[in-house]
Amino acid sequence: MAADRLSTRHLLGIKDINRDDIELIFETADNFKGVINRPIKKVPSLRDITIANIFFENSTRTKLSFELAEKRLSADVVNFAASSSSVSKGETLIDTVNNILAMKVDMVVMRHPYAGAGVFLSKHINAQIVNAGDGAHEHPTQALLDAFSIRQKLGSVAGKKIVIVGDILHSRVAISNILCLQKLGAEVMVCGPTTLIPKYMKDLGVRVEHNLIRALNWCDVANMLRIQLERQDIKYFPSLREYAMMYGLNKQILDNLDKEIIVMHPGPINRGVEITSDVADSKQSIILEQVENGVAVRMAVLYLLASQRA
Amino acid sequence: MQKKTLLDGKKFQITIKRLCHQLIENHTDFSDTVLIGIQPRGSYFADRVQQELSAILPNSKILKGNLDITFFRDDFRRKDGLSSASSNTINFIIEGKNVILIDDVLWTGRTIRAALDALLAYGRPARVELMVLIDRRFSRHVPIEADYVGQQVDSLDSQLVRVSWNETEGEDRVLLLSEKTK
Repeated sequence: MAADRLSTRHLLGIKDINRDDIELIFETADNFKGVINRPIKKVPSLRDITIANIFFENSTRTKLSFELAEKRLSADVVNFAASSSSVSKGETLIDTVNNILAMKVDMVVMRHPYAGAGVFLSKHINAQIVNAGDGAHEHPTQALLDAFSIRQKLGSVAGKKIVIVGDILHSRVAISNILCLQKLGAEVMVCGPTTLIPKYMKDLGVRVEHNLIRALNWCDVANMLRIQLERQDIKYFPSLREYAMMYGLNKQILDNLDKEIIVMHPGPINRGVEITSDVADSKQSIILEQVENGVAVRMAVLYLLASQRA
Repeated sequence: MQKKTLLDGKKFQITIKRLCHQLIENHTDFSDTVLIGIQPRGSYFADRVQQELSAILPNSKILKGNLDITFFRDDFRRKDGLSSASSNTINFIIEGKNVILIDDVLWTGRTIRAALDALLAYGRPARVELMVLIDRRFSRHVPIEADYVGQQVDSLDSQLVRVSWNETEGEDRVLLLSEKTK
C-alpha cells in the first residue's frame, strides 16, 4: 500500500521522489486510465486550478499530453511558447513567469533548454512546478509513463531488465528513466557508441554495453532513444548511416533474439535511424501505449500535486 | 469509545431480504435494472444484494457494477489527506436503464451527489434510485433522500456509524460509535 500523498510539492525530477511516491502515482494513474477510456473522459477535480504550460523548447507529444491531462481534470489552461513571446525581447525567466503568475496561475508546467531551470524557478516563485524536460537533465513524467507502461505490460517493474539504447549523453529521458527504474527495483543497462555514453553511468550502478545484439539478448525491454542532433555540438559518430547500421533496431535483429522483448520509444521517432518502421509498427512495440499512458500518468501527477494545496 | 449495536444477526439478514423484496416489487425481473455499489463500502452491500436477488430470482441475470466517486468529490483540497481512489467496474451500458445506487450509510448526502455526477459519465440512465442500509436522518447537507432504507437512526455529528460485513470483517453488524463524554 502506497502512502496517501506525495513527499514533494513540485515534480522537478525523479531524483527528488521516492518509491512510495512512484507507486502512488501509478495507482492513481490506473484510475485515470479508466477515466480516459469512458464515454465522458472528464472529471471535475481541478476545476478551480489554473495551469500555465510554459514551453521554451519545441514539443508536440509532451505539450499535447499535458494539455489533455489538464483539460480532463477540468483545470483552466493557458499556453505559452517562448518562440512567440517577449522572451525574444530580452525578458528574464523569473520575470516572464512572475508576470504569468500575477494573472493568478496555480501551477506551472515548464520545459526549458537549460538543466536546472525548474529547480531554479521553484526557489523563486510561489506556484507548483512540474518539470516537462530541462535540457539534458531530467524529464520525470516521461520516465514515469515509461515505467508505468512496463508495469502494465509485464505486471511489475521490479526485477526486470531494461536496456536504454542510443544517445545517453544528451538524453534527459535516459537519466530520469535510469533513476525511476532503479527506484522500482529494475536492472538497467545503457547501450550505444562510447562517445555517447557518459563516464558516470558506472557510478549510477548501470551496466554499459557497446554491442547492441548482446544488450538485446540480455534485456526484457529495449527503450530506443533518438539521436539528439540539435544538442550535439560536435560529431560523436562518423555518420547517421553508420549509427543506424550498428545501433539501429530492425525486424531481423528482433526476430533472431531468443525471446520476445518489448520495444519502447519516447518519441519523436526517426524511422530508419534508431528503429525501423517494421519494428516501430510491430506487435512488440508499445510506443502508442506509452502515449496513451502519458495522459493518465500526467493526470495522476497533477491531481496528486494539486491535492497538496491547502 | 462507546459502542451501540444497531443491527446484527438475524435482524441484519431480515433487513437485507426485506430491501431485496422491495426492489423486486418495483423492478420485477431486473431486465432493465442494474445495481451500482458506491466504492469502497457500498460495493460490499451491493454484492450482498446481488447474491440475495439472484437466489430469489434464479432466472434473472442481476447486473452489478462498482462506481468510484473520488474524483467527483466536492471536498478535494478542503480536508486533510487524500482519499485514495478505488476502481470503477461497470461492464454494461447504463444508458436508458434503471440504476439502483447502493451505499452503506447515508449521512450528509454529499457522496450521493458526487455519485450522481460520476454516474453521468457513463451515460444517461432512465431513472436513478438510492438504497442505503443506514439512513442517519436529519443530517443532510443537500436535498437527497433514499428510496429504500434498511434502518433510520438519529445520531450526533460526532458519532460514527460503522457497517461491517461477513465477507470482509467476519461478521454482519452495524455499530453506532460515540466518544465517551467525561
